[in-house]
Amino acid sequence: MFSLEGLTAMIQNWLAANFNPTMVLVLQCVIVILLAITLFAVLGLVLVLMERKVAAHIQIRLGPNRVGPGGMFQTVADTLKLIMKEGLTPDKADKLLFNLAPFVVMMVGMLLLAPIAFAKNFQIWDLNIGVLYISSISSLSVIGILMAGWASNNKYSLLGAMRSGAQIVSYELSAGFAVLSIIVFTGSLQITDIINSQENGWWLFKGHIPAIISFVIFIIAVTAETNRAPFDLAEAESELTAGFHTEYSGMRFALFFLAEYINIFIVCAIGATLFLGGWMPLHIGHWGGFNHLMDYIPSSVWFMGKTFFLIFLIMWFRWTFPRLRVDQLLDLEWKYLLPISLFNLLLATVIAIYGWHF
Amino acid sequence: MIQETEIIKDTTHLGDEGEMVINMGPQHPATHGVLHLVVTLNGETIKKIEPHLGYIHRSIEKMCESLTYRQFIYVTSRMDYLSSHINNLGCALLIEKGMQIEVPERAKYVRVILSELTRIASHELWLGAMAMDLGAFTPFFYAFREREMITDIMEDTCGARLTMNYIVPGGLMYDIHPDFQKKVKAFIAQFKSKVTEYEDLVTNNIIFQSRTKGVGILSAEDAISYGCTGPVARASGVSCDIRKLFPYEVYDKVEFDEVIETAGDSFARYIVRVKEMNQSIRIIEQLIDNIPEGEFVGKTKNVLKLPKGEFYTRVETARGEFGVYIVSEGGTTPHRIKFRSPGFSNLSALNHMAAGSKIGDLMATMGTLDLVIPDIDR
Repeated sequence: MFSLEGLTAMIQNWLAANFNPTMVLVLQCVIVILLAITLFAVLGLVLVLMERKVAAHIQIRLGPNRVGPGGMFQTVADTLKLIMKEGLTPDKADKLLFNLAPFVVMMVGMLLLAPIAFAKNFQIWDLNIGVLYISSISSLSVIGILMAGWASNNKYSLLGAMRSGAQIVSYELSAGFAVLSIIVFTGSLQITDIINSQENGWWLFKGHIPAIISFVIFIIAVTAETNRAPFDLAEAESELTAGFHTEYSGMRFALFFLAEYINIFIVCAIGATLFLGGWMPLHIGHWGGFNHLMDYIPSSVWFMGKTFFLIFLIMWFRWTFPRLRVDQLLDLEWKYLLPISLFNLLLATVIAIYGWHF
Repeated sequence: MIQETEIIKDTTHLGDEGEMVINMGPQHPATHGVLHLVVTLNGETIKKIEPHLGYIHRSIEKMCESLTYRQFIYVTSRMDYLSSHINNLGCALLIEKGMQIEVPERAKYVRVILSELTRIASHELWLGAMAMDLGAFTPFFYAFREREMITDIMEDTCGARLTMNYIVPGGLMYDIHPDFQKKVKAFIAQFKSKVTEYEDLVTNNIIFQSRTKGVGILSAEDAISYGCTGPVARASGVSCDIRKLFPYEVYDKVEFDEVIETAGDSFARYIVRVKEMNQSIRIIEQLIDNIPEGEFVGKTKNVLKLPKGEFYTRVETARGEFGVYIVSEGGTTPHRIKFRSPGFSNLSALNHMAAGSKIGDLMATMGTLDLVIPDIDR
């Protein structure tokens, strides 16, 4: 079946044959940048529409179905509208920070694309500290949000940004510990190693109890990190209008909007990589025939399927649960999730040492 | 002589050091209607709430002084637009009492059924709107699915979906639609099958419970002293259901419970309204099959004149006790009308309930007060 590693090898060989090594590197960077931007655009299109359709069907209605077949071009229409809107800057706003904030948030999303393995041998940068890189870069988004809130010169935005900052910083801890529990099993931070270690089964099943607990904590923590309901008080429409991005309009708002959905994609991709095997097909023990059949499905389809399943889960949460109050949210993290994830890490370590996992 | 008028500066006290004064409304996604709340905050904690009213004051009471006794009834539909039948019923009852008009049994039964349907519709909208304030966007659509069935019934019978002008002094304006009983029964069946949905999605949801339990507590003494009525007072343990205490129409012939909770917090107010919906279904079930045949309106003169004197009557709307007080000089129009609006007294307790809590709690408290601002402002 079609495999993307053939494509990358072909491009690599062609470039190496025709240009000197520095030029090859530069051209590779250019190609990667173009692909990343295209991916962002396509993902934005798909995810926004998916959110609206999922929301609609949960709410017993249809969602966008007029613009293009099945409403496919709704996001294009929305983006065109946002581009043509007037990009207002409030009078006493800090101009530099105000304009910089959306770009910081977008930049985080782009940087995080690097270590994700979309298919077999189809990764931008397979660094040996992959997971650590992901954790550290995702912490940078707080800076963008705080910049947006402060620079807007608006009481509501400031409140929203402060709440959001507290929330993201707290939940990073639990997410980090959940991820660490899996790293304890794999023994390596490198994404390729993590995925290859799941050849005989995904860590969610192999790691039984600690992996399932980690998975649940991870899903809760990343929902909070990306400011999604039930943790979306930073944008709580009925309380503070739109929180930290109240004063943004036009293209800058479009960037925030897009960055939120890209973040969801990335954290779900990481969840799929760590817990659900990334691009690794579902192999059950020694069922040779079944495993062989599963191998026919291309690895990119596996990866996207798993990621979109997790995205669907996170979208499902938004339309089911009411919002948590800010003190309840922080309570949840510090009094419940953190102790549980610490204990879970200990449990995972013990199980890994004694080899009690599959 | 022309006197210079001085523009009085905004008298809102600016607060002490560290306090922030913010305006919620009059245009705000969560205040249902044009309610202007001046909230004094210390960080996230609320120190004081001052409601500023009057954004939708339409001089209804003054207007009624130039409307005849047949005309003024329908202005009350525009006040508390979610309990329009019940408000109209209050006015009609007053005129019937004042002029000693006989109302046929058929009209009484249908008026009570319509009142209870209106109560359910009002509570459905409240359920959806309150869940939406707290961030759960889906129950809104589920509640409106049931409300649509009721507005369909109203459209068939009364001709309008929201401000239904159907109840006249003496009975009904015209007979009910032939499909009325069938549709009401279909609605009852659908409602009963969906009640578990609301339970699962909202009532038993732990996030919802932790947002509403212990929030906005109102004790029974405070409820009585602020004049709160309806579900707000019943959730604090005060027994004040007009349908039980001063029965009108056929309420003394049907069996239903007065729902009383004692906790006095937002969750108790929520539970009272949900249980009230079930009680209303019970009332409708007892009445829908037994609507007596006969006239739908009693004999009245064309031009109604209340005898000279003062008249008062009260009904139980979805929000509480709605009172109509008329001072009549014997003419064709009232000399003075006063409407006792339930929302006004309920709103006056908001500062007491919400001071000291956080902004998120304010949303939960205000949502359970079920305010309809046109009712407060008239």
